Amino acid sequence: MSVASLTLVHAKYSLVETLRVPIAVIGTVVFPALALLFFVVPQSAVAGDETYATQAVASMAVFSVMVGSLFSFGLGVAENREKPWDPYLRTLPAPGIARVLAHILATGAMSLLALVPLVVIGALLTEATATPLQLLAGLLAIIVAALPFMLIGICIGYAFSTKAAIAVIQIVFFTLAFGGGLFLPPLLFPDWLDAISQALPSRQGRDFVIWAVQGGDLQPLSWLGLVGWIVVLLGLALLLFRRDEGRRFR
Amino acid sequence: MNAPLDDTLARLSHVTRRFGDVTALDDVSLDIRPGSIVGLLGPNGAGKSTMLSLLQGLRRPTSGTVELFGGSPQNPRNRLRLGSTPQATALPDTLRVGEVVDFVGAHFAHPVPVGEMLDEFGLAELARKQTGALSGGQKRRLSVALAFVGRPELVLLDEPTTGLDVDGRRALWEAIRRQHDAGATVVITSHYLEEIEALAERVVVVAGGRVLEDDSLHNVLARVSLRQVTLGTPEPSRVAALPGVVRHTVAASGATTFYAGDSDALIIELVRSGIPFHDLAVRGATLEEAFLTLTEPRLEHA
Repeated sequence: MSVASLTLVHAKYSLVETLRVPIAVIGTVVFPALALLFFVVPQSAVAGDETYATQAVASMAVFSVMVGSLFSFGLGVAENREKPWDPYLRTLPAPGIARVLAHILATGAMSLLALVPLVVIGALLTEATATPLQLLAGLLAIIVAALPFMLIGICIGYAFSTKAAIAVIQIVFFTLAFGGGLFLPPLLFPDWLDAISQALPSRQGRDFVIWAVQGGDLQPLSWLGLVGWIVVLLGLALLLFRRDEGRRFR
Repeated sequence: MNAPLDDTLARLSHVTRRFGDVTALDDVSLDIRPGSIVGLLGPNGAGKSTMLSLLQGLRRPTSGTVELFGGSPQNPRNRLRLGSTPQATALPDTLRVGEVVDFVGAHFAHPVPVGEMLDEFGLAELARKQTGALSGGQKRRLSVALAFVGRPELVLLDEPTTGLDVDGRRALWEAIRRQHDAGATVVITSHYLEEIEALAERVVVVAGGRVLEDDSLHNVLARVSLRQVTLGTPEPSRVAALPGVVRHTVAASGATTFYAGDSDALIIELVRSGIPFHDLAVRGATLEEAFLTLTEPRLEHA
Protein backbone atom coordinates (compact mmCIF):
# COMPACT_ATOMS: atom_id res chain seq x y z
CA MET A 1 0.00 0.00 0.00
CA SER A 2 1.41 3.37 -0.95
CA VAL A 3 2.06 6.08 1.60
CA ALA A 4 -0.39 8.36 -0.24
CA SER A 5 -3.32 5.95 -0.11
CA LEU A 6 -2.66 5.07 3.54
CA THR A 7 -2.48 8.78 4.36
CA LEU A 8 -5.88 9.37 2.75
CA VAL A 9 -7.45 6.41 4.56
CA HIS A 10 -6.17 7.55 7.96
CA ALA A 11 -7.21 11.15 7.30
CA LYS A 12 -10.66 10.05 6.15
CA TYR A 13 -11.42 8.02 9.26
CA SER A 14 -9.93 10.66 11.54
CA LEU A 15 -12.32 13.22 10.01
CA VAL A 16 -15.26 10.81 10.22
CA GLU A 17 -14.54 10.35 13.93
CA THR A 18 -14.36 14.12 14.52
CA LEU A 19 -17.49 14.94 12.51
CA ARG A 20 -19.56 12.41 14.47
CA VAL A 21 -19.06 14.57 17.58
CA PRO A 22 -20.77 17.79 16.36
CA ILE A 23 -19.88 19.90 19.41
CA ALA A 24 -16.17 19.54 18.58
CA VAL A 25 -16.83 20.92 15.10
CA ILE A 26 -18.83 23.86 16.43
CA GLY A 27 -16.09 24.67 18.96
CA THR A 28 -13.42 24.78 16.27
CA VAL A 29 -15.48 27.02 14.02
CA VAL A 30 -16.87 29.41 16.65
CA PHE A 31 -13.73 30.14 18.71
CA PRO A 32 -11.73 32.19 16.14
CA ALA A 33 -14.86 34.07 15.09
CA LEU A 34 -15.43 35.13 18.71
CA ALA A 35 -11.79 36.22 18.99
CA LEU A 36 -12.21 38.46 15.95
CA LEU A 37 -15.45 39.92 17.34
CA PHE A 38 -13.86 40.75 20.72
CA PHE A 39 -10.33 41.77 19.73
CA VAL A 40 -10.76 43.61 16.42
CA VAL A 41 -14.31 44.66 15.62
CA PRO A 42 -14.74 47.01 18.65
CA GLN A 43 -11.47 48.91 17.93
CA SER A 44 -12.58 51.49 15.37
CA ALA A 45 -8.98 52.63 14.71
CA VAL A 46 -8.23 49.19 13.35
CA ALA A 47 -11.62 48.03 12.09
CA GLY A 48 -12.21 51.33 10.25
CA ASP A 49 -8.93 51.31 8.30
CA GLU A 50 -8.75 49.15 5.22
CA THR A 51 -5.06 48.19 5.51
CA TYR A 52 -5.03 47.60 9.26
CA ALA A 53 -8.35 45.77 9.26
CA THR A 54 -7.19 43.42 6.52
CA GLN A 55 -3.95 42.79 8.42
CA ALA A 56 -5.93 42.17 11.60
CA VAL A 57 -8.19 39.63 9.90
CA ALA A 58 -5.12 37.93 8.44
CA SER A 59 -3.47 37.86 11.89
CA MET A 60 -6.64 36.37 13.38
CA ALA A 61 -6.72 33.78 10.64
CA VAL A 62 -3.15 32.78 11.52
CA PHE A 63 -4.13 32.81 15.19
CA SER A 64 -7.13 30.54 14.59
CA VAL A 65 -5.12 28.07 12.56
CA MET A 66 -2.39 28.14 15.20
CA VAL A 67 -4.74 27.48 18.11
CA GLY A 68 -6.60 24.78 16.20
CA SER A 69 -3.38 23.07 15.19
CA LEU A 70 -1.66 23.22 18.58
CA PHE A 71 -4.67 21.92 20.48
CA SER A 72 -5.95 19.31 18.08
CA PHE A 73 -2.48 17.93 17.42
CA GLY A 74 -0.96 18.32 20.85
CA LEU A 75 -3.97 17.01 22.73
CA GLY A 76 -5.08 14.61 20.02
CA VAL A 77 -1.74 12.87 19.80
CA ALA A 78 -1.21 12.79 23.58
CA GLU A 79 -4.72 11.36 24.11
CA ASN A 80 -4.35 8.80 21.35
CA ARG A 81 -1.16 7.53 22.86
CA GLU A 82 -3.04 6.82 26.06
CA LYS A 83 -5.90 5.02 24.30
CA PRO A 84 -5.39 1.38 23.38
CA TRP A 85 -6.67 1.88 19.79
CA ASP A 86 -3.54 3.81 18.85
CA PRO A 87 -1.05 1.06 19.77
CA TYR A 88 -3.19 -1.26 17.66
CA LEU A 89 -2.93 1.06 14.65
CA ARG A 90 0.82 1.00 15.14
CA THR A 91 0.85 -2.77 14.62
CA LEU A 92 -0.63 -2.27 11.14
CA PRO A 93 1.80 -1.93 8.23
CA ALA A 94 1.60 1.86 7.94
CA PRO A 95 4.81 3.92 8.03
CA GLY A 96 5.06 6.79 10.53
CA ILE A 97 5.04 9.43 7.81
CA ALA A 98 1.58 8.31 6.59
CA ARG A 99 0.08 8.79 10.03
CA VAL A 100 1.74 12.18 10.52
CA LEU A 101 0.52 13.37 7.09
CA ALA A 102 -2.98 12.07 7.80
CA HIS A 103 -3.14 14.11 11.02
CA ILE A 104 -2.06 17.16 9.06
CA LEU A 105 -4.70 16.65 6.35
CA ALA A 106 -7.55 16.00 8.78
CA THR A 107 -6.84 18.91 11.12
CA GLY A 108 -6.04 21.14 8.18
CA ALA A 109 -9.50 20.50 6.75
CA MET A 110 -11.10 21.42 10.09
CA SER A 111 -9.00 24.59 10.40
CA LEU A 112 -9.97 25.74 6.91
CA LEU A 113 -13.60 25.36 7.92
CA ALA A 114 -12.93 27.75 10.83
CA LEU A 115 -11.71 30.43 8.43
CA VAL A 116 -15.14 30.81 6.81
CA PRO A 117 -16.79 32.80 9.64
CA LEU A 118 -13.60 34.89 10.00
CA VAL A 119 -13.73 36.01 6.40
CA VAL A 120 -17.48 36.70 6.62
CA ILE A 121 -17.17 38.79 9.81
CA GLY A 122 -14.14 40.61 8.43
CA ALA A 123 -16.00 41.55 5.25
CA LEU A 124 -19.27 42.57 6.92
CA LEU A 125 -18.17 44.24 10.16
CA THR A 126 -14.79 45.78 9.31
CA GLU A 127 -13.26 47.65 6.41
CA ALA A 128 -11.08 44.66 5.49
CA THR A 129 -11.17 43.87 1.78
CA ALA A 130 -9.63 41.32 -0.53
CA THR A 131 -10.35 40.29 -4.10
CA PRO A 132 -11.20 36.62 -4.68
CA LEU A 133 -7.69 36.14 -6.04
CA GLN A 134 -6.15 37.71 -2.92
CA LEU A 135 -8.34 35.48 -0.75
CA LEU A 136 -7.10 32.43 -2.60
CA ALA A 137 -3.49 33.56 -2.22
CA GLY A 138 -4.10 34.12 1.51
CA LEU A 139 -5.63 30.67 1.81
CA LEU A 140 -2.63 29.01 0.20
CA ALA A 141 -0.27 31.04 2.40
CA ILE A 142 -2.18 30.04 5.52
CA ILE A 143 -1.85 26.37 4.64
CA VAL A 144 1.93 26.83 4.57
CA ALA A 145 1.92 28.99 7.71
CA ALA A 146 -0.07 26.33 9.59
CA LEU A 147 2.47 23.56 9.05
CA PRO A 148 4.93 24.61 11.81
CA PHE A 149 2.09 24.81 14.36
CA MET A 150 0.78 21.39 13.45
CA LEU A 151 4.27 19.96 13.78
CA ILE A 152 4.82 21.71 17.14
CA GLY A 153 1.54 20.18 18.29
CA ILE A 154 2.62 16.71 17.13
CA CYS A 155 5.95 17.06 18.95
CA ILE A 156 4.22 18.15 22.17
CA GLY A 157 1.75 15.28 21.84
CA TYR A 158 4.48 12.69 21.49
CA ALA A 159 6.71 14.22 24.17
CA PHE A 160 4.15 14.72 26.96
CA SER A 161 1.18 13.06 28.64
CA THR A 162 -2.24 14.67 28.13
CA LYS A 163 -2.15 16.68 31.36
CA ALA A 164 1.35 18.01 30.76
CA ALA A 165 0.51 18.68 27.11
CA ILE A 166 -2.35 21.05 28.03
CA ALA A 167 -0.01 23.21 30.10
CA VAL A 168 2.75 23.20 27.50
CA ILE A 169 0.34 24.06 24.69
CA GLN A 170 -1.03 27.03 26.63
CA ILE A 171 2.43 28.45 27.26
CA VAL A 172 3.47 27.91 23.64
CA PHE A 173 0.30 29.41 22.22
CA PHE A 174 0.40 32.57 24.36
CA THR A 175 4.09 33.09 23.60
CA LEU A 176 3.61 32.59 19.89
CA ALA A 177 0.42 34.69 19.71
CA PHE A 178 1.79 37.77 21.51
CA GLY A 179 5.40 37.36 20.40
CA GLY A 180 4.30 36.87 16.81
CA GLY A 181 2.23 40.04 16.74
CA LEU A 182 -1.10 38.29 16.24
CA PHE A 183 -2.86 40.29 18.98
CA LEU A 184 -0.83 43.54 18.98
CA PRO A 185 0.65 44.62 15.64
CA PRO A 186 4.49 44.37 15.58
CA LEU A 187 4.49 48.08 14.69
CA LEU A 188 4.11 48.72 18.43
CA PHE A 189 7.05 46.46 19.39
CA PRO A 190 10.39 47.85 20.66
CA ASP A 191 13.35 46.83 18.47
CA TRP A 192 14.59 44.00 20.71
CA LEU A 193 11.14 42.38 20.84
CA ASP A 194 10.74 42.82 17.09
CA ALA A 195 14.03 40.96 16.56
CA ILE A 196 12.86 38.01 18.65
CA SER A 197 9.46 38.18 17.03
CA GLN A 198 10.89 37.74 13.54
CA ALA A 199 12.39 34.40 14.53
CA LEU A 200 9.02 33.01 15.66
CA PRO A 201 6.96 30.91 13.23
CA SER A 202 3.83 32.87 14.22
CA ARG A 203 5.38 36.17 13.09
CA GLN A 204 6.79 34.61 9.95
CA GLY A 205 3.41 33.08 9.19
CA ARG A 206 1.59 36.36 9.83
CA ASP A 207 3.93 38.33 7.55
CA PHE A 208 3.71 35.65 4.89
CA VAL A 209 -0.09 35.62 4.86
CA ILE A 210 -0.33 39.46 4.87
CA TRP A 211 2.13 39.56 1.98
CA ALA A 212 0.05 37.00 0.07
CA VAL A 213 -3.12 39.07 0.56
CA GLN A 214 -1.84 42.66 0.38
CA GLY A 215 1.38 42.32 -1.59
CA GLY A 216 4.32 44.60 -0.69
CA ASP A 217 7.72 43.53 0.60
CA LEU A 218 8.35 40.13 2.11
CA GLN A 219 11.55 39.84 4.12
CA PRO A 220 13.53 36.75 3.07
CA LEU A 221 13.70 35.80 6.75
CA SER A 222 9.92 35.25 6.76
CA TRP A 223 9.73 32.51 4.17
CA LEU A 224 13.21 31.11 4.83
CA GLY A 225 12.30 30.93 8.50
CA LEU A 226 9.05 29.11 7.73
CA VAL A 227 10.81 26.55 5.55
CA GLY A 228 13.48 26.09 8.23
CA TRP A 229 10.90 25.56 10.99
CA ILE A 230 8.99 23.06 8.85
CA VAL A 231 12.08 21.00 8.06
CA VAL A 232 13.39 20.95 11.63
CA LEU A 233 10.00 20.23 13.21
CA LEU A 234 9.14 17.49 10.71
CA GLY A 235 12.41 15.78 11.58
CA LEU A 236 11.72 16.12 15.29
CA ALA A 237 8.14 14.85 14.90
CA LEU A 238 9.32 11.74 13.04
CA LEU A 239 12.02 11.15 15.63
CA LEU A 240 9.55 11.39 18.51
CA PHE A 241 7.06 9.17 16.67
CA ARG A 242 9.66 6.43 16.18
CA ARG A 243 10.87 6.71 19.76
CA ASP A 244 7.35 6.51 21.13
CA GLU A 245 6.27 3.14 22.47
CA GLY A 246 2.95 4.24 23.87
CA ARG A 247 2.69 5.29 27.44
CA ARG A 248 5.78 4.55 29.51
CA PHE A 249 5.62 1.99 32.25
CA ARG A 250 6.28 3.45 35.68
CA MET B 1 23.76 -12.31 12.63
CA ASN B 2 22.51 -15.50 11.04
CA ALA B 3 19.97 -14.60 8.38
CA PRO B 4 17.08 -17.06 8.57
CA LEU B 5 17.06 -19.07 5.37
CA ASP B 6 14.48 -21.39 6.90
CA ASP B 7 10.76 -20.73 6.96
CA THR B 8 10.63 -19.30 10.48
CA LEU B 9 7.91 -16.65 10.68
CA ALA B 10 9.09 -14.99 13.85
CA ARG B 11 11.96 -15.44 16.21
CA LEU B 12 13.04 -14.15 19.60
CA SER B 13 16.74 -14.74 20.33
CA HIS B 14 17.94 -14.24 23.89
CA VAL B 15 15.48 -11.42 24.38
CA THR B 16 15.46 -9.50 27.63
CA ARG B 17 13.07 -6.60 28.19
CA ARG B 18 13.12 -4.46 31.31
CA PHE B 19 10.72 -1.72 32.39
CA GLY B 20 12.69 0.29 34.92
CA ASP B 21 13.81 -2.30 37.43
CA VAL B 22 11.09 -4.82 36.48
CA THR B 23 12.31 -7.57 34.18
CA ALA B 24 9.34 -8.55 32.04
CA LEU B 25 11.28 -11.00 29.86
CA ASP B 26 14.49 -12.69 30.89
CA ASP B 27 16.65 -14.21 28.12
CA VAL B 28 13.75 -15.68 26.12
CA SER B 29 14.35 -17.57 22.88
CA LEU B 30 11.43 -18.75 20.76
CA ASP B 31 10.84 -19.72 17.12
CA ILE B 32 7.43 -19.55 15.47
CA ARG B 33 7.23 -21.82 12.42
CA PRO B 34 4.37 -21.97 9.94
CA GLY B 35 1.43 -24.27 10.39
CA SER B 36 0.56 -24.65 14.01
CA ILE B 37 -1.49 -22.93 16.66
CA VAL B 38 0.92 -22.00 19.44
CA GLY B 39 -0.52 -21.43 22.90
CA LEU B 40 1.33 -18.98 25.13
CA LEU B 41 0.20 -19.90 28.59
CA GLY B 42 1.04 -18.18 31.83
CA PRO B 43 -0.35 -16.24 34.78
CA ASN B 44 -0.99 -12.49 34.54
CA GLY B 45 2.24 -10.54 34.42
CA ALA B 46 4.21 -13.54 33.13
CA GLY B 47 5.49 -11.63 30.10
CA LYS B 48 3.08 -12.94 27.42
CA SER B 49 1.86 -9.53 26.31
CA THR B 50 5.39 -8.13 26.30
CA MET B 51 6.40 -10.92 23.93
CA LEU B 52 3.57 -10.02 21.57
CA SER B 53 4.31 -6.29 21.70
CA LEU B 54 7.92 -7.03 20.71
CA LEU B 55 6.75 -9.11 17.74
CA GLN B 56 4.36 -6.33 16.71
CA GLY B 57 7.17 -3.78 16.73
CA LEU B 58 5.48 -1.77 19.50
CA ARG B 59 8.48 -2.15 21.79
CA ARG B 60 12.15 -2.87 21.38
CA PRO B 61 14.01 -5.46 23.42
CA THR B 62 16.46 -4.22 26.04
CA SER B 63 18.87 -6.84 24.69
CA GLY B 64 18.66 -9.70 22.22
CA THR B 65 17.02 -9.67 18.78
CA VAL B 66 13.46 -9.95 17.55
CA GLU B 67 12.80 -10.96 13.94
CA LEU B 68 9.54 -10.96 12.01
CA PHE B 69 9.59 -12.53 8.53
CA GLY B 70 13.36 -12.26 8.59
CA GLY B 71 13.53 -8.55 9.42
CA SER B 72 12.80 -6.01 12.09
CA PRO B 73 9.17 -5.86 13.23
CA GLN B 74 9.61 -2.08 13.45
CA ASN B 75 9.74 -1.92 9.67
CA PRO B 76 6.09 -1.64 8.50
CA ARG B 77 6.88 -3.76 5.43
CA ASN B 78 7.63 -6.73 7.66
CA ARG B 79 4.22 -6.37 9.27
CA LEU B 80 2.31 -6.83 5.99
CA ARG B 81 1.81 -10.55 6.70
CA LEU B 82 1.06 -10.06 10.40
CA GLY B 83 -2.40 -9.80 11.95
CA SER B 84 -3.17 -8.74 15.51
CA THR B 85 -6.13 -7.81 17.67
CA PRO B 86 -6.80 -4.54 19.46
CA GLN B 87 -8.12 -4.77 23.01
CA ALA B 88 -11.91 -5.05 22.75
CA THR B 89 -12.32 -1.84 24.75
CA ALA B 90 -10.04 0.00 22.33
CA LEU B 91 -12.34 0.21 19.30
CA PRO B 92 -13.10 3.82 18.26
CA ASP B 93 -16.62 4.45 19.60
CA THR B 94 -17.92 6.61 16.78
CA LEU B 95 -16.83 4.45 13.83
CA ARG B 96 -19.23 1.85 12.47
CA VAL B 97 -18.39 -1.86 12.48
CA GLY B 98 -18.06 -2.00 8.68
CA GLU B 99 -15.88 1.12 8.67
CA VAL B 100 -13.43 -0.32 11.20
CA VAL B 101 -13.03 -3.48 9.11
CA ASP B 102 -12.58 -1.38 5.96
CA PHE B 103 -10.04 0.90 7.70
CA VAL B 104 -7.86 -1.98 8.86
CA GLY B 105 -8.24 -3.84 5.54
CA ALA B 106 -6.99 -0.78 3.65
CA HIS B 107 -3.50 -1.47 5.02
CA PHE B 108 -3.15 -4.75 3.16
CA ALA B 109 -2.73 -5.73 -0.48
CA HIS B 110 -5.56 -8.29 -0.69
CA PRO B 111 -7.92 -7.77 2.23
CA VAL B 112 -10.91 -10.02 2.78
CA PRO B 113 -14.02 -8.12 1.58
CA VAL B 114 -15.80 -6.44 4.50
CA GLY B 115 -19.08 -8.36 4.04
CA GLU B 116 -17.33 -11.71 3.94
CA MET B 117 -15.31 -10.92 7.07
CA LEU B 118 -18.41 -9.83 9.01
CA ASP B 119 -20.29 -12.98 7.94
CA GLU B 120 -17.42 -15.17 9.09
CA PHE B 121 -17.49 -13.69 12.59
CA GLY B 122 -21.28 -13.37 12.86
CA LEU B 123 -21.28 -9.59 12.68
CA ALA B 124 -23.18 -9.10 9.40
CA GLU B 125 -26.29 -7.49 10.92
CA LEU B 126 -24.14 -5.09 12.95
CA ALA B 127 -22.24 -3.58 10.00
CA ARG B 128 -23.96 -0.18 10.33
CA LYS B 129 -23.70 0.02 14.13
CA GLN B 130 -21.17 2.29 15.82
CA THR B 131 -18.74 0.19 17.82
CA GLY B 132 -19.64 2.12 20.99
CA ALA B 133 -23.08 0.48 20.81
CA LEU B 134 -21.80 -3.11 20.69
CA SER B 135 -21.97 -5.58 23.57
CA GLY B 136 -18.75 -6.84 25.13
CA GLY B 137 -18.96 -10.11 23.21
CA GLN B 138 -19.61 -8.38 19.90
CA LYS B 139 -16.62 -6.08 20.44
CA ARG B 140 -14.50 -9.11 21.20
CA ARG B 141 -15.56 -10.82 17.96
CA LEU B 142 -14.89 -7.67 15.94
CA SER B 143 -11.42 -7.34 17.52
CA VAL B 144 -10.52 -10.90 16.57
CA ALA B 145 -11.96 -10.46 13.06
CA LEU B 146 -9.62 -7.48 12.53
CA ALA B 147 -6.61 -9.77 12.98
CA PHE B 148 -7.66 -11.78 9.91
CA VAL B 149 -8.75 -9.00 7.52
CA GLY B 150 -5.36 -8.77 5.79
CA ARG B 151 -5.11 -12.54 5.05
CA PRO B 152 -2.07 -12.75 7.37
CA GLU B 153 0.36 -15.63 7.58
CA LEU B 154 0.98 -15.04 11.27
CA VAL B 155 -1.73 -13.98 13.70
CA LEU B 156 -1.16 -12.86 17.28
CA LEU B 157 -4.21 -13.14 19.53
CA ASP B 158 -3.87 -11.68 23.02
CA GLU B 159 -6.45 -13.27 25.33
CA PRO B 160 -9.10 -13.31 22.61
CA THR B 161 -11.98 -14.71 24.64
CA THR B 162 -11.52 -13.11 28.06
CA GLY B 163 -14.91 -12.09 29.43
CA LEU B 164 -16.98 -14.15 26.99
CA ASP B 165 -19.64 -16.65 28.06
CA VAL B 166 -19.23 -20.32 27.17
CA ASP B 167 -21.19 -20.12 23.89
CA GLY B 168 -19.39 -17.00 22.76
CA ARG B 169 -16.07 -18.56 23.56
CA ARG B 170 -16.82 -21.74 21.59
CA ALA B 171 -18.09 -19.77 18.60
CA LEU B 172 -14.91 -17.72 18.55
CA TRP B 173 -12.74 -20.83 18.89
CA GLU B 174 -14.52 -22.28 15.86
CA ALA B 175 -13.82 -19.14 13.85
CA ILE B 176 -10.14 -19.13 14.87
CA ARG B 177 -9.83 -22.81 13.91
CA ARG B 178 -11.41 -22.16 10.49
CA GLN B 179 -8.92 -19.35 9.88
CA HIS B 180 -6.09 -21.61 10.92
CA ASP B 181 -7.31 -24.35 8.56
CA ALA B 182 -7.28 -21.72 5.80
CA GLY B 183 -3.54 -21.32 6.34
CA ALA B 184 -2.84 -18.85 9.14
CA THR B 185 -0.32 -19.65 11.84
CA VAL B 186 -1.75 -18.49 15.15
CA VAL B 187 -0.08 -17.51 18.41
CA ILE B 188 -2.65 -17.23 21.16
CA THR B 189 -2.07 -16.08 24.74
CA SER B 190 -4.33 -17.08 27.53
CA HIS B 191 -4.38 -17.72 31.20
CA TYR B 192 -7.12 -20.30 30.66
CA LEU B 193 -5.69 -23.75 30.23
CA GLU B 194 -9.03 -24.82 28.77
CA GLU B 195 -8.62 -22.40 25.89
CA ILE B 196 -5.10 -23.56 25.12
CA GLU B 197 -6.26 -27.18 25.33
CA ALA B 198 -9.07 -26.53 22.87
CA LEU B 199 -6.93 -24.75 20.28
CA ALA B 200 -3.20 -25.21 20.60
CA GLU B 201 -0.94 -27.86 19.15
CA ARG B 202 2.22 -26.50 20.70
CA VAL B 203 2.30 -25.00 24.17
CA VAL B 204 4.78 -22.51 25.57
CA VAL B 205 4.44 -22.00 29.30
CA VAL B 206 5.75 -18.65 30.53
CA ALA B 207 6.13 -17.43 34.09
CA GLY B 208 8.22 -14.71 35.64
CA GLY B 209 9.54 -13.65 32.23
CA ARG B 210 10.99 -17.07 31.42
CA VAL B 211 9.94 -19.95 29.21
CA LEU B 212 9.31 -22.93 31.49
CA GLU B 213 8.00 -25.41 28.93
CA ASP B 214 7.96 -25.48 25.14
CA ASP B 215 6.51 -28.70 23.80
CA SER B 216 3.53 -30.34 22.12
CA LEU B 217 0.20 -30.01 23.91
CA HIS B 218 0.22 -33.76 24.52
CA ASN B 219 3.61 -33.76 26.25
CA VAL B 220 2.94 -30.70 28.36
CA LEU B 221 -0.37 -32.15 29.51
CA ALA B 222 1.31 -35.44 30.38
CA ARG B 223 3.90 -33.59 32.41
CA VAL B 224 1.45 -31.50 34.35
CA SER B 225 -1.27 -34.08 34.90
CA LEU B 226 -1.25 -34.77 38.62
CA ARG B 227 -3.36 -36.61 41.19
CA GLN B 228 -4.36 -35.15 44.53
CA VAL B 229 -4.22 -37.14 47.72
CA THR B 230 -6.12 -35.55 50.62
CA LEU B 231 -5.77 -36.78 54.20
CA GLY B 232 -5.53 -35.72 57.84
CA THR B 233 -2.21 -36.26 59.58
CA PRO B 234 -0.35 -34.85 62.60
CA GLU B 235 2.88 -34.84 60.56
CA PRO B 236 2.15 -33.21 57.17
CA SER B 237 5.77 -32.19 56.60
CA ARG B 238 6.91 -35.82 56.73
CA VAL B 239 4.29 -36.76 54.14
CA ALA B 240 5.37 -33.84 51.96
CA ALA B 241 8.93 -35.15 52.04
CA LEU B 242 7.90 -38.51 50.55
CA PRO B 243 9.14 -39.19 47.00
CA GLY B 244 6.75 -38.00 44.25
CA VAL B 245 5.10 -35.13 46.17
CA VAL B 246 5.48 -31.94 44.14
CA ARG B 247 3.34 -29.60 46.20
CA HIS B 248 0.90 -29.53 49.09
CA THR B 249 -1.79 -27.23 50.43
CA VAL B 250 -3.54 -27.16 53.81
CA ALA B 251 -7.34 -26.65 53.89
CA ALA B 252 -9.15 -24.75 56.65
CA SER B 253 -10.49 -28.06 57.99
CA GLY B 254 -6.94 -29.19 58.75
CA ALA B 255 -6.86 -31.73 55.93
CA THR B 256 -3.76 -31.53 53.74
CA THR B 257 -3.81 -32.07 49.98
CA PHE B 258 -0.68 -33.50 48.36
CA TYR B 259 -0.07 -33.37 44.59
CA ALA B 260 1.84 -36.22 42.97
CA GLY B 261 2.23 -37.69 39.51
CA ASP B 262 1.53 -41.24 40.73
CA SER B 263 -0.92 -41.37 43.64
CA ASP B 264 -0.73 -45.17 43.97
CA ALA B 265 3.03 -45.07 44.53
CA LEU B 266 2.63 -42.26 47.04
CA ILE B 267 0.08 -44.20 49.09
CA ILE B 268 2.31 -47.29 49.15
CA GLU B 269 5.19 -45.09 50.42
CA LEU B 270 2.86 -43.48 52.96
CA VAL B 271 1.76 -46.82 54.41
CA ARG B 272 5.36 -48.09 54.49
CA SER B 273 6.61 -44.98 56.28
CA GLY B 274 4.24 -45.60 59.19
CA ILE B 275 3.16 -41.93 59.35
CA PRO B 276 -0.30 -41.85 60.99
CA PHE B 277 -3.11 -40.59 58.73
CA HIS B 278 -6.91 -40.69 58.43
CA ASP B 279 -9.71 -39.76 55.99
CA LEU B 280 -7.69 -40.60 52.87
CA ALA B 281 -9.22 -39.46 49.57
CA VAL B 282 -7.73 -39.56 46.05
CA ARG B 283 -8.89 -37.71 42.95
CA GLY B 284 -7.45 -36.27 39.76
CA ALA B 285 -6.17 -32.71 39.84
CA THR B 286 -7.72 -30.23 37.43
CA LEU B 287 -5.40 -28.91 34.77
CA GLU B 288 -5.67 -25.49 36.34
CA GLU B 289 -4.23 -26.89 39.57
CA ALA B 290 -1.57 -28.83 37.72
CA PHE B 291 -0.62 -25.70 35.87
CA LEU B 292 -0.18 -23.81 39.14
CA THR B 293 2.18 -26.53 40.26
CA LEU B 294 4.24 -25.94 37.19
CA THR B 295 4.49 -22.17 37.49
CA GLU B 296 4.41 -21.45 41.22
CA PRO B 297 7.65 -22.78 42.71
CA ARG B 298 9.77 -21.09 40.09
CA LEU B 299 7.98 -17.80 40.52
CA GLU B 300 9.30 -17.60 44.05
CA HIS B 301 12.83 -17.34 42.75
CA ALA B 302 11.98 -14.60 40.27
